[in-house]
Amino acid sequence: MSNAFTLDTFLFAVAPYLAIGIFLLASIRGYRNRRFVFSSLSSQFLENRQHFWGLVPLHYGIIVVLLGHLVAFLIPREIIAWNSRPLRLYVLEVSALAFGILTVIGLTAAMMRRANVSTVRAVTTGRDRIILGMLLVQAVSGVGTAILYPWGSTWYAATAVPYLRSLLLLAPDVRAVALMPWLVKLHILTAFAIIGYAPFTRLVHVLVAPMPYLWRKPQMVRWYRRPEGALRAQ
Amino acid sequence: MNVRSQIAMVFHLDKCIGCHTCSIACKNIWTDRKGTEYMWWNNVETKPGTGYPTAWEDQEKYNGGWEVVDGKLRLRSQSKTKSVLNIFHHPNQPTIDDYYHPWTYDYQNLFNAPEGPDQPIARPISMITGQPVSIEAGPNWDDDLGGSPVYAENDPNLKGLSEEQRQQLSAVERLVFFYFPRICNHCLNPSCVAACPSGALYKRGEDGIVLVDQTRCRAWRACIAACPYKKVYFNWSTGKSEKCVLCYPRLESGQAPACFHSCVGRIRYLGVLLYDADRIEEVASMPAEELVEAQRSLVLDPNDPEVIAAARANGVHDSVIEAAQRSPVYKFVKIWKIALPPHIEYRTLPMLFYVPPMSPVMSNRGDHTVDSATDDLFSDIESARIPMKFLGNLFGAGHDGKVRYALRKQKAVRWYRRALTVGDVDMATVDRMLREADTTAEEAEAIYQLTSLCTFDERFVIPPMHREEALQMLDDPMEHKQAAGFGFIAAPKRGV
Repeated sequence: MSNAFTLDTFLFAVAPYLAIGIFLLASIRGYRNRRFVFSSLSSQFLENRQHFWGLVPLHYGIIVVLLGHLVAFLIPREIIAWNSRPLRLYVLEVSALAFGILTVIGLTAAMMRRANVSTVRAVTTGRDRIILGMLLVQAVSGVGTAILYPWGSTWYAATAVPYLRSLLLLAPDVRAVALMPWLVKLHILTAFAIIGYAPFTRLVHVLVAPMPYLWRKPQMVRWYRRPEGALRAQ
Repeated sequence: MNVRSQIAMVFHLDKCIGCHTCSIACKNIWTDRKGTEYMWWNNVETKPGTGYPTAWEDQEKYNGGWEVVDGKLRLRSQSKTKSVLNIFHHPNQPTIDDYYHPWTYDYQNLFNAPEGPDQPIARPISMITGQPVSIEAGPNWDDDLGGSPVYAENDPNLKGLSEEQRQQLSAVERLVFFYFPRICNHCLNPSCVAACPSGALYKRGEDGIVLVDQTRCRAWRACIAACPYKKVYFNWSTGKSEKCVLCYPRLESGQAPACFHSCVGRIRYLGVLLYDADRIEEVASMPAEELVEAQRSLVLDPNDPEVIAAARANGVHDSVIEAAQRSPVYKFVKIWKIALPPHIEYRTLPMLFYVPPMSPVMSNRGDHTVDSATDDLFSDIESARIPMKFLGNLFGAGHDGKVRYALRKQKAVRWYRRALTVGDVDMATVDRMLREADTTAEEAEAIYQLTSLCTFDERFVIPPMHREEALQMLDDPMEHKQAAGFGFIAAPKRGV
């Protein structure tokens, strides 16, 4: 066994579990003990216009790209079948790339805003800078992969899907990833780094995204002297 | 009938002198922290004027409150779908520039400046960035119209006024304004609560106070846009929304809220109203011209045995029912009908009511004198310097009938007292006036008493809040028995 292989084992078979472990422990502990800090910490109040041009592309880009990764992981067969016609493959690849680029543009605009607007700079912490940097590395490496190593929607099924599935089944198999170009490796590593670091940053707002609002009744009333409990929708 | 109790309020605008004591009392208690420097949970506006935040009444810009579409009540600012789409960037969110950029002064420079040919100055310093800042607006920037016609001219309530009426409002020597103190209305149908994606905003069932749960707020900012009165504020430092809490810790210990307690003009009244919660949606969906009367019909008679029985069945404490029977708010709103909700067309059913202000007569007719020989005893109300239309836009959803009624009654009370104490008006005229103003000598006396000679306990009938019972519901009082005491959460167990 070569040294490189050992390093790969650590990076792709051990570190992911570390990251996920930290993510679970830290977010559960944080939610129980320091719920007050679970906030998106929006700075729209301090600056409105650049906020739109940064935050809207960033969020729509990142959500579509993440959903794409998830769907490709869940139904790889169907994706490959879809890609069997060149035209459909081009459509998928180009739209995926477009949303990736949208993410990079939004992220860059958001970072420029944080750097240039004095009021927003005043509410920017070191952790904000680190997590934004990590997200930029992740988005740029993703877009780079899409450009340099095209047809990812197909080869993802043959390489990343077995790897991720092996992680999920607690029997990590790093063979497929170990052969990947360094850019793809960077993309995978940064992903797990972000997962591990997320509970210590403003990214925790993803965990409290307000789904119940969609089926809740409009008014909320809390009764303190009623046995049926403290909180209910009216 | 689903009877609930609500702590409601009346502000008597005819008595407000615009001293801002209320604002300062509130500021010192609640918003002297980082991130809240710009917030005034209680503020006093000059009307006509643009107010705080600038032009808050312009719902074309802010999209606050509710609207009725196809007979159904819905938020102006968002549907469920739009709440998802707007979560990354809220299109109707006011920014700090709509309020003002908070600042302090570099006072140290007055002491530490090196010796030089000029006097050192204290430069304004931003309380957000700590950097020098140029002041463009500040608290009460348009107080007493701020020396400029701009503020009065841009008041959204001037809609529907003729050009002549607009010009008279700011004409030299005939200029007129009144004061409009504002706090959170603790509405029955709060749009801030309905808009909150996290369910952080809620109305307290027992007393109707609307609060923001700070641990559930995630800064999605929907409440700030949804409140048409712009009385939910964003703390830029903690990333949480904050709002007037009606000094609930004071209320729970039997004290009046700080702004009420400190009011120099004694314009503020506070008391319980019982209302039928089952009819909230029905009332809020009524046509605009019926809203004021519909909201009054929501308020129930606390002496009606049926209401009392329903209230008891719903868990309203006897002491609260008793407080509702003595409520000064009930008298102003329901019996005398001289207190009106602000901008009820926003359909949030505010629980803060205003007695509209009397204003000087407009003396611009003929030879610039007032013609008092008219047969109509109330003609000066119609020709008052503040146009009825303006007050109607503010307190009557664009209709001035209810405002006219309140002003006529107030005038009748004045003349009734004038006949008794000064004696230069004959009682027959006063009787006719009382009759035409839909009141009686007894009622006029009662209005006079509660307006002019009211004691502290008559103005503030605070119901017992029974927090001792509430605490028992939430916490086990024995939980910390034989524990370590203050500062320790875990019991001091022997071992490592």
